[in-house]
Amino acid sequence: MLRVFWCILSRDITLALRRRTDVLTTLFFFVIVVSLFPLGVGTEPALLRELGPGVVWVAALLASLLALERLFAADYLDGTLEQMLLAGQPLSLLILAKVLAHWVLTGLPLVFIAPLMAIQYGLDKAAIWVMMASLAMGTPVLSLLGAFGAALTLGLRGGGILLSLLILPLYVPVLVYGAGAVSVSVIEIADTKPYFSLLGAFLLAALVLAPPASAAALRISME
Amino acid sequence: MKINWFRYAAPAAFYPVAGRLVPVFGHAALALMLFALYWGFFETPERLGGSNPQKEYYRIIFIHVPAAWLSMWLYLVLAGWSAVGLVFNTRLSFMMANAIVPTGAVFTFIALWTGAFWGRPSWGTYWDWDPRLTSELILFFLYLGLMALHSAIDDSRRADRAAALLAIVGLVMLPVIFWSVNCPDPSNCAALHQRSSLSSIEGNILTAMLAMTLGFWLYSFATAFARLRSIILTREADSAWVRDMLAREGAREGLQPALPEGAISSAKPDAGPDASPETQGRAGA
Repeated sequence: MLRVFWCILSRDITLALRRRTDVLTTLFFFVIVVSLFPLGVGTEPALLRELGPGVVWVAALLASLLALERLFAADYLDGTLEQMLLAGQPLSLLILAKVLAHWVLTGLPLVFIAPLMAIQYGLDKAAIWVMMASLAMGTPVLSLLGAFGAALTLGLRGGGILLSLLILPLYVPVLVYGAGAVSVSVIEIADTKPYFSLLGAFLLAALVLAPPASAAALRISME
Repeated sequence: MKINWFRYAAPAAFYPVAGRLVPVFGHAALALMLFALYWGFFETPERLGGSNPQKEYYRIIFIHVPAAWLSMWLYLVLAGWSAVGLVFNTRLSFMMANAIVPTGAVFTFIALWTGAFWGRPSWGTYWDWDPRLTSELILFFLYLGLMALHSAIDDSRRADRAAALLAIVGLVMLPVIFWSVNCPDPSNCAALHQRSSLSSIEGNILTAMLAMTLGFWLYSFATAFARLRSIILTREADSAWVRDMLAREGAREGLQPALPEGAISSAKPDAGPDASPETQGRAGA
């Protein structure tokens, strides 16, 4: 079973690395959105320090959403997904592998590019570490929840817009506590603990519940 | 008397029952709402609360609180019907869940709207990012998402099941809304909604509020059943019982004795003389 997991994981990552533009587009989308805000709201350092955590998190949300459509679409079109459904392996596990690959390709790069963005907003070193940690814990939740939405809207016309309508409300708790952790760290670093506890709880709950829900959604969509 | 409840799981069996229930619930809802409005306006004290009381404007509580309750309850009910539908694979459960969604969205909207009107005099603002306001807004988005997903999928079986699954997943939001009055960290977020309990409310206010809640419930039943009937008719348009029923109703109202095959398309004024026999045949099939 673990071999199937690795097989799908390495396959998805290899496929994505052969077509690097997809991965890089998401990353640059994130960078551009974050860089646009100071141009829109003004470059007052105090204002930017306050806005920074929220802007970076919202941009991460949108970037993750942008890449979600591709999670199942290519496999659906060439029939691979159908074979996965027919394979004698637990579908939740296959989905978990796909989600993990998706996160490695879209979520993880955000974690490492975020410090650069944080410097644009004048956040200090402690806040940058907290931002990286909160993104590292929060973006997997986004990918897991997003897989459910992507499975539900598979192959629908206007699927991308619909996907954002369905999934963004579910992203709200992650956004609140992810950005909240960074905002609080600016004031008092010790106060971030409850935020990280909650983010960890979201991650665990999503790890357990999201793959079976996505599997059920995929079965409905592929009937 | 023993009733076979499973009989009414068939759309054909439930359609006439729903038709009889709609006026009953509708009239009862109207009567209760009028009673609640009368009681709320004329039999209740002029102010609410102990020190720093709210004056006349608090009366919006009779709409706001019942609507907010219903917005959550209806979501719970529709998620319940969705679960029943997914487990037992009964078509009517999905239709019922589908019929509840717009009513729930309307109550969520009313709760948000009246909340804004109430917030202006009491908090000095129409909108605040208070946890409960935010989570109620998210509930509204969930309702919208359910409607959007259902209408985006053409195949009704897939639409039903996908929306049902989304409703069940969205259920995680409900406890958040319900307990969002109690802020997890009071030093960090100031919640404007205060904790309250029904026992601390003055008797007359409570009477009017509960009467309105019951009225809203009955209204929800009436609208859901009315919508359910049209959903059943749309879905079952091709089945024999719908055509029989339409023929019978047509005969009762003194129209043609019975609608022949293809009568609908040929009766259309814009069908024209050049309508080919195959299009007529397809419309009648």
